[in-house]
Amino acid sequence: MTTPVLEARGVTRVLPGAVPVTLVRDVTMSVEQGEFVSIVGPSGSGKSSLLYLLGLLDVPSEGELYLQGRETGALDDHELAHLRLEKLGFVFQFHFLLPEFDALTNIMVPMRRLGKLGHRAMRDRARGLLADFGLEAAADKRPGQLSGGMRQRAAVARALANDPLVILADEPTGNLDQKSGRNVFDIFQRLVDDMGTTIIAVTHDENLAALTRRRVTIVDGVIETDRKVDAPSARPGDPARPGRDI
Amino acid sequence: MPLAFDIAITHLLTRKRQTAVSMLGVAMGVGFAIAMAGLMDGFQTYFVSKVIDVTPHITMKDEFRNPPAQPAAIRFGHGAFALRGVRPRDELRGIRRAQSIVASLARRDGLAVAPSLEGQVFLRYGSKDVGASLIGIEPDRQRTVSNLENDLTDGSLDALKTSANGLIIGIDLARKLGIKMRDTVTAVSPAGVILKMKIVGIFRTGLINLDGSVAYALLKKVQVLQKRINVVNQIAMRLKQPDAAGQVAAAIERRFHYRTESWQEANAGVLGVFVIQHAIMYATTGAILVVACFGIFNVISTIIYEKTRDIAILKSMGFEEGDIRMIFLIEGIAVGILGSLLGWALGYALLQLLGSVKFNVESFVKLEGFVLNSTWVHYAVGTVAAMGSAAFAAYLPARKAARLRPVDIIRGAA
Repeated sequence: MTTPVLEARGVTRVLPGAVPVTLVRDVTMSVEQGEFVSIVGPSGSGKSSLLYLLGLLDVPSEGELYLQGRETGALDDHELAHLRLEKLGFVFQFHFLLPEFDALTNIMVPMRRLGKLGHRAMRDRARGLLADFGLEAAADKRPGQLSGGMRQRAAVARALANDPLVILADEPTGNLDQKSGRNVFDIFQRLVDDMGTTIIAVTHDENLAALTRRRVTIVDGVIETDRKVDAPSARPGDPARPGRDI
Repeated sequence: MPLAFDIAITHLLTRKRQTAVSMLGVAMGVGFAIAMAGLMDGFQTYFVSKVIDVTPHITMKDEFRNPPAQPAAIRFGHGAFALRGVRPRDELRGIRRAQSIVASLARRDGLAVAPSLEGQVFLRYGSKDVGASLIGIEPDRQRTVSNLENDLTDGSLDALKTSANGLIIGIDLARKLGIKMRDTVTAVSPAGVILKMKIVGIFRTGLINLDGSVAYALLKKVQVLQKRINVVNQIAMRLKQPDAAGQVAAAIERRFHYRTESWQEANAGVLGVFVIQHAIMYATTGAILVVACFGIFNVISTIIYEKTRDIAILKSMGFEEGDIRMIFLIEGIAVGILGSLLGWALGYALLQLLGSVKFNVESFVKLEGFVLNSTWVHYAVGTVAAMGSAAFAAYLPARKAARLRPVDIIRGAA
């Protein structure tokens, strides 16, 4: 059996305070390379908190997290930041693109921080990513000049900038209409199918979750169900091609 | 261009007005600092050069710094005793063995020496009676210790030797008396001697207390006038290095015991005013810079407040505290640099403006306009201070921004 890309063992996260709040309780799960996992649950169930823990944005109060079999509890901020930069990509409910920079520059930000490529190579890669998401024409446009769906696609393109192992998406469709939201999930599916990317997406939309092959349901910070389906449920309506019709 | 730099400059460029305002704050601070430094330094340098130029660097006087020790104090120095009503002896004033002291001092390297006798006289001309300080000099020695000769607007130092009772007086003193060259004035000494003296020279040093109340005559004449034959009560000295006057004066005083003052000591009052002046200047400039700091602090804080999400996403992407801090530090320093450059222009313009102002003021020295002395040091000091405060003003919010935890912001935003 291969090493899971991400693995949580008995992870608990408690927000300290006068009245400590337990966000995530004793979660154990592992995600294999190339899986497309959706995490669903009602508001405040701790699904986003779990995602932040898996994405090394937050540190568990108890339990261990493994990235490619490597325990992350002993790593300092610097090492965690570097792991996020190199191995993880984030997509949030809000696009969080830097508003003063055009789409191309935004996508280059993580590459420039990593600094592995030359300027020309970064530019070419960023252009390629934009093209993959049908955003060629948006390269020199700032986020304010783009539609919500385009912004979110640009945000996905940015998450892919450093060719991450895992993409962690937190309500990536929360701000989009149904069609655009569906489109984002189609893009994710295509990434999984074509490139073997691992994707963990938090959503409260059951319809979108139904598109994924693995669904984890969280209630009150505890995994309630963790189901794998061989074929995701039939797609309602015409399959939208990624990057189109938005 | 490094990414942090790119982001920082973009932040500033998208807030042109705010950036410009805080830049202006820095520019004001730096500009005024440069102008004020130029002004004060100019006046001070001018005054000091005047003093060094005109007056002796070191003056030995016929007095002692401390009263002579009483025999009882010498005998019972360690006991508890008190002496009341001790009256100092009336001594014959004057520096004893002055000629041998002069000869001994003259042998020192780089030291020019001239003995003189200073005393009060009344100058009477027509209906005017004006008190003056009459200094008896030996022209040939005197010209080695002061620039009196260069300051003569009329007449010459040698005329003292060639005319019977020659007198050289300050221009303001001449004006007070209403007297001109070759007029004859009556000098009356406290000793009661009256002497008719002829004006053979008028000098103008620019130092108010010299031009308005000092006159020079031959040493022998003054000794006669004051009834103090062969007495010398001052020995003036001039050094090649005026800055060393303090140490040299102290050494001479240790050797000969007479009170020996350097030009710094003689002008301690004025130089003390300069110290206060400097303190006021630094305080004022500092206050302007503090205000400028608030401006920078304000802009950076605003930017950080507006950019919380950007900071969160950058940190989630793998930017570290140092990277975030660097962005905002660069912003502050950029404002500091641009503000300083603008401040240079402002300071230069102010100096030009001040330089063109003409007026007449008589304080310690006579001025017909501001004396300005601006060196690159002023510009450098202003800039360093501005950069330092800009960096400090930016550092505080930058540190706070760097510590933001992305999860807190993303949670709050969602």
